[in-house]
Amino acid sequence: MTEIQLKDPMRDPIGWKKEDERPRLDGGPIVAGLLISLTAILIIGIIGLPLFAVFAAVLTAGAAEISATLTDPDTLAALRLTLLIAAIAVPTNGLIGLAAAWAVTKYEFPGKTLLMALIDIPFSVSPVVAGLVYVLLFGAQGLFGSWLDAHNIKIIFAVPGIALATLFVTFPFVARELIPLMQAHGKLDEEAALTLGASGWTVLFRITLPKAKWGLLYGLLLCNARAMGEFGAVSVVSGHIRGLTNTLPLHVEVLYNEYQFKASFIVASLLASLALVTLILKSAVEYFGRDAEATNPIIEAQN
Amino acid sequence: MPVGVTVDHIQKQFAGGFRALRGATLEIKPGELLALLGPSGSGKTTLLRLIAGLEVADDGIIRFDDVDAQSLTLRERGIGFVFQHYALFRHMSVFENVAFGLRSRPRSTRPSSEAIKNRVNDLLDLMQLPDIGHRFPAQLSGGQRQRVALARALAIEPRVLLLDEPFGALDAKVRHDLRKWLRHIHDKTGYTTIFVTHDQDEALEIADRVAIFRTGQVEQIGTPRDLLNHPVNNFVSEFLAETKQRSDYSTLAS
Repeated sequence: MTEIQLKDPMRDPIGWKKEDERPRLDGGPIVAGLLISLTAILIIGIIGLPLFAVFAAVLTAGAAEISATLTDPDTLAALRLTLLIAAIAVPTNGLIGLAAAWAVTKYEFPGKTLLMALIDIPFSVSPVVAGLVYVLLFGAQGLFGSWLDAHNIKIIFAVPGIALATLFVTFPFVARELIPLMQAHGKLDEEAALTLGASGWTVLFRITLPKAKWGLLYGLLLCNARAMGEFGAVSVVSGHIRGLTNTLPLHVEVLYNEYQFKASFIVASLLASLALVTLILKSAVEYFGRDAEATNPIIEAQN
Repeated sequence: MPVGVTVDHIQKQFAGGFRALRGATLEIKPGELLALLGPSGSGKTTLLRLIAGLEVADDGIIRFDDVDAQSLTLRERGIGFVFQHYALFRHMSVFENVAFGLRSRPRSTRPSSEAIKNRVNDLLDLMQLPDIGHRFPAQLSGGQRQRVALARALAIEPRVLLLDEPFGALDAKVRHDLRKWLRHIHDKTGYTTIFVTHDQDEALEIADRVAIFRTGQVEQIGTPRDLLNHPVNNFVSEFLAETKQRSDYSTLAS
């Protein structure tokens, strides 16, 4: 039997991956220590301190002031609008992102590269430009302006405009998260399911989605964080009508410009808390998702 | 009833310009165990994928008995496909993997969950894999995964069973055992079976007939004894030469 060699050592399930044979690339403990402390100082200084300052500013305000600001009708309206916009943008972009990732990774078609590039545009273009595009399309002097006016449909300076601008800005998060993941998964499982007689929907719900669920959830959370925090694009299309078209980020700016510093910090900390909740959920997804992903290869290596 | 498959002057060119099949023609009899043998890139796997309906031919026709396969959906073709690296659904237990094909049927033809359970357990017994239904693919050895993949393909009672390099990813000892065992399963179930290999020994040892592939065409098709004793050209004889020298095939089917 010994003369029969394996055709391809990469497929050898036994004794191929030996972790301890990897060369050391870390440069020793001193370099590691320096790099770690430098990174830690920068992250704490640039990201941690400002966030801390926001919450600290709130603490200097009295309880009465805090509750007055948070129960102010304009603040509550802004909070409601922000949550509404997130509730529109996140599921919509979840569906579109999933469809886009599916189309790009499972099919070959002309213009695929162009489509992939288009998905990235919201990341590369300034949010202000994104807002202006919608004004050019739907504003009073815009392309569809007179038609919309004639039919009494308000998009710009109204909730639909804010929702559209947010959709634009947050579009890539889910798609960007899913595309590399689904590319790595390939289409072999889908093909196997098809030969077994599964319909397209069965393949989607029993094969593709379960395998991509952690990536999808992660993308949705990032999308949510950005949808609640978006300022630039929303600022252009909102019109800053208090109690009607002000989202939380816009409300913070309004308060700040009116020299209500304490109130603006209080609302800012509310916004920051929403972001922190998202961040905690995101870390949880990373933790459990990595756990779920990691168990397989480890056991596989032992076989 | 097992079906016969006719492959008639099939042409297939890929987007990159590679011509995988150049008029390949062959016939598989109902219930036969046929090996597609040839060097890599000779079109064997492509032909298998065309028969399964995972690719569409540029020209030529594939028939299941007398029916043009082009007019059949993947489900209607009733293919059991065992992929080279098994393609087991790693997020499902072994039981769910094997049950997948039956559970995916439209409600009107779907067996009861009791029937599905019995069928899956029967198959796992047939594969000599009892009591591993609850495990996940990552917890199995290569040989076990191979057998689960076969069980999954057999669960739908395929009209044609297709295996792509079924033993390619296994070490020599396991491969040798599974080879004999595949022949045993075939004799027991009687499905029309086509398997792809680039290993001469494998093809000659278990197949009823072997089709030798070269650059997208069938050079010769015949029983192992035919091929060894009456090769039609140098390519066939040289391709099989290595085997002939080191093994004794006196026990081969003729």
